[in-house]
Amino acid sequence: MNTIEIIEKVSVEVTINGQRQRRDVEPRMLLVQFIRDELRLTGTHIGCDTTYCGACTVLLNGEPVKSCTVLAAQADQCEILTVEGLEQDGKLHPLQEAFAEHHGLQCGYCTPGMLMSSVALLADNPSPGRKEIRKGIAGNLCRCTGYHNIFKAVEAAAEEMREGADHGHQI
Amino acid sequence: MLSSQRFRFDGESTDSETTMYPAPFRYHRAGSADEAISLLAELGDGARPLAGGQTLLVWMKLRFDEPTDLVDIARIPNLSSIEHDDHQVRIGALATHGRIAASPLARLIPIVHDCANGIADRQVRSRGTIGGSLAAGDPSCDWPALLHTLDAEVLCQGPDGERTIGIGDFVEDLYATALQEGELVTGIRFALPPARSAGAYVGFKRCAPAYPTASAGVQLTLAEDADTCADVRIALGSAGLTPIHATAAEAELRGQALNETTIERAAEAAVAASDPVDDQRGSPAFKRAMLRVLVRRAVGIAIRRCNGESVEHSHEYY
Repeated sequence: MNTIEIIEKVSVEVTINGQRQRRDVEPRMLLVQFIRDELRLTGTHIGCDTTYCGACTVLLNGEPVKSCTVLAAQADQCEILTVEGLEQDGKLHPLQEAFAEHHGLQCGYCTPGMLMSSVALLADNPSPGRKEIRKGIAGNLCRCTGYHNIFKAVEAAAEEMREGADHGHQI
Repeated sequence: MLSSQRFRFDGESTDSETTMYPAPFRYHRAGSADEAISLLAELGDGARPLAGGQTLLVWMKLRFDEPTDLVDIARIPNLSSIEHDDHQVRIGALATHGRIAASPLARLIPIVHDCANGIADRQVRSRGTIGGSLAAGDPSCDWPALLHTLDAEVLCQGPDGERTIGIGDFVEDLYATALQEGELVTGIRFALPPARSAGAYVGFKRCAPAYPTASAGVQLTLAEDADTCADVRIALGSAGLTPIHATAAEAELRGQALNETTIERAAEAAVAASDPVDDQRGSPAFKRAMLRVLVRRAVGIAIRRCNGESVEHSHEYY
């Protein structure tokens, strides 16, 4: 058993969805708790809590991570993008539009993580094939859709984003 | 208690009741390898180095490990380079699986791509490091088996200075490595494979984020006639308490013509050298059956790559 009684807090400062935020937190606070409990951004979900399901996926310095397996302290001075940051000027991200349009969700629990993994995938590869989409979101589990409509949504969003490349979303 | 009392749907989070935290610890951030080593020495045997945390944080949440102190080494500069010259490859301990998979080195040496790109999923590959995968001493991790296949050396630095440990001596037992207290993995190196040499690393897992049920690495060098195996190394992952260097399987191929019979004999010998444990990923019999197929498949891909064919491959899962 661990006998640490006095916990020194660590200062964590991040830029999240473009906003600077700073909190003093316990070293053991996970990034997902920091985002949900400290910053009150509850769009990022906790699913399995064991690095499997991907519901907690956010972008950390542009890279998708499972925020249940990152300490808040490790994200100090980093940039974070969560699902709340996808909408711009009151307009949903093309991936959000496409998920709605193509029924890429049912209960919606996995959706924030699916969206963030898809954002990362399309940033790396604007024209992914079906196999590449499967691999890109393989770290995100969905228990409702059977994935087919998610694949369709990502394909549709990719097309939309390629066509709207010069006047589209910045993310 | 009614579920509606426990889970509120008004946007209020109830995570503190429902989420696993690691046990409390103190957090330190090291600016250099020297600083990390002296911090670890000072803090004693309850301290652990933290790199990407994709193994350690999971263990901590499950209480497999309860460090008193974490020394975050992830921001130490110059420990994440991926380089090679005409003879040797060198990868810094903090290079992530994702960066290695996307590197020119992975294009040059496809077996490195097979491994790096096959580990878990995109998210874990963003964070997990080659050094962390080695230091965990987990026989299910992919890098130890791959580095056995390439006969790599592990570069370490500790209170007594730097030393280099052959991969065969580095992994000692289940979750046990040759690392001394306060010693860090700083990188790995291996010889650049010669001409007419190529390899393949194949794994089978239940789903992307899972550890492999079984994996096999083969690095093969063809003789000038292109049909005979001049040299070979074969290693198995998730096949026992440590990665297994299947020397008997290599002996079935070295100096022999490569054909169905010799490849099958090598696969048999590899299976005989394995000692898989019974766990939720499968029974020993199932894992042995997987290993036999994986060794055959890895040899087949290695031969095609030796012959100049470009073969895309990665871990397979349902």
